[in-house]
Amino acid sequence: MATTQTPGTGTGIRTPGRASIPDRHLRTDRWWLAPTVTVAVLTAFVIYSTWRAFANSDYYAAPYVSPFYSPCLASNCVPMKGGADLQIFGPWWGISPALIVLIFPLGFRLTCYYYRKAYYRGFWAAPPACAVAEPHAKYSGETRFPLILQNIHRYFFYFAVIFAVILSYDAVLGFRNAAGQWGHMGLGTLVLLVNIALIWVYTLSCHSCRHIVGGRLKNFSKHPVRYRMWTWVGKLNARHMALAWASLVSVALADFYVYLVASGAFHDPRFF
Amino acid sequence: MSYTGRFKVWRGDAGGGELQDFEVEVNEGEVVLDIIHRLQATQAHDLAVRWNCKAGKCGSCSAEINGRPRLMCMTRMSVFDESETVTVTPMRTFPVVRDLVTDVSFNYTKAREIPSFVPPPRLGPGEYRMQQEDVERSQEFRKCIECFLCQNVCHVVRDHEENKTAFAGPRFLMRMAELDMHPLDAAEETGLDRKTTAQDEHGLGYCNITKCCTEVCPEHIKITDNALIPLKERAADRKYDPLVWLGSVIRRRGAID
Repeated sequence: MATTQTPGTGTGIRTPGRASIPDRHLRTDRWWLAPTVTVAVLTAFVIYSTWRAFANSDYYAAPYVSPFYSPCLASNCVPMKGGADLQIFGPWWGISPALIVLIFPLGFRLTCYYYRKAYYRGFWAAPPACAVAEPHAKYSGETRFPLILQNIHRYFFYFAVIFAVILSYDAVLGFRNAAGQWGHMGLGTLVLLVNIALIWVYTLSCHSCRHIVGGRLKNFSKHPVRYRMWTWVGKLNARHMALAWASLVSVALADFYVYLVASGAFHDPRFF
Repeated sequence: MSYTGRFKVWRGDAGGGELQDFEVEVNEGEVVLDIIHRLQATQAHDLAVRWNCKAGKCGSCSAEINGRPRLMCMTRMSVFDESETVTVTPMRTFPVVRDLVTDVSFNYTKAREIPSFVPPPRLGPGEYRMQQEDVERSQEFRKCIECFLCQNVCHVVRDHEENKTAFAGPRFLMRMAELDMHPLDAAEETGLDRKTTAQDEHGLGYCNITKCCTEVCPEHIKITDNALIPLKERAADRKYDPLVWLGSVIRRRGAID
């Protein structure tokens, strides 16, 4: 038989014995599009959130607080009437209070099963797409430090629930006017409500949540309530990817809205 | 509604090979396997191809079509443009035997490494009773036709031959999940902890949940979401969650859950 390609001498798809095809992949579709978009959007978010987290300004425009700065745990927070302004960290904390709490939502998303897929593919090219050879000589996955820490996702989930409760409280506070009187609503209230709704469904659609509410059981029939909860979370979980992106964009937009109002660039339209 | 389609088909063996060009008649309603059969009948009589049911149920005709792992019998020609050259190669993770046929014995080796179902000691044959809600998770995994496309596409072994020793692959980690979720599996009573061994002995930690196994599954089994991630969470219960461990000790739970 005529042969133009001799057996492979390398590793992976060029391992001796496998079909000797020199190409890294033979895909003809636009497999690069999804990882490229992932990298672009996540990079944009990281740049934006880094700027906002370090800015330490324009994060409160009564009655709205940016989700990046809530709860505000340092004494250098601007006064927030009735808000989650706890001042646990004293005057010695001189930098942005957002940096105290950022680790929790950041850790939740970093260890999220969907985002792991997204950044492993987009940033680390392991693999860049299905049946497209990755560029790495060795691979140990999540068996070693630091990636073995991905297994603590459930703890970030617990914190994410606490944060969702606090942001819900912030959204409720949005039904006040700037003077703190109840029974009012503006466009910002709507922005915070949409944001917290998306954060809740993203948080509850988490794979760890699905496991905790019922997935770890062996006999659903002995736990009908948990089985029902597992079924509900499973329906949300099927949309985890879409909810991850939607909530990521909404939290940035909610922060940006507060920034615009707080900096005076935009006047919050009041409904009543 | 026939046309002459252009194809590149990999021909060769472990000693080497190449993509060869062919022009083959394509008729309305045909699948890629029909074309391979026509090629075999008219131009390349010694073309080796493994196939059986031609209905997407035997899992024999796994190959890579335009670089994507697929069953040849379930890939309709109508998904391609008539002007498009369709490339057909053997699976690139397993040793090639000849042409489109690969040696998939790696998978049978891995299958043998998975401890079997452990019958409950107090029940005899014919006495097994299970509720539908208790078995439906496992039933999804029983749809597997063992085409090994998930094993083929998984980059852990596709791109790293050295991991084949340590990593069972998505199909067999799914088998572990199936058994661990089985309401009557008595493995724990015999001292076999499938949750821990999935990680310690079958390489669950190598999986980085990039979901290619799910993407290529012809049975549309949600391998990652319903088997691998739940198994990772179960392993985390055992190895990384002292609260769950403490709870199971205090309440003497675990086996009865």
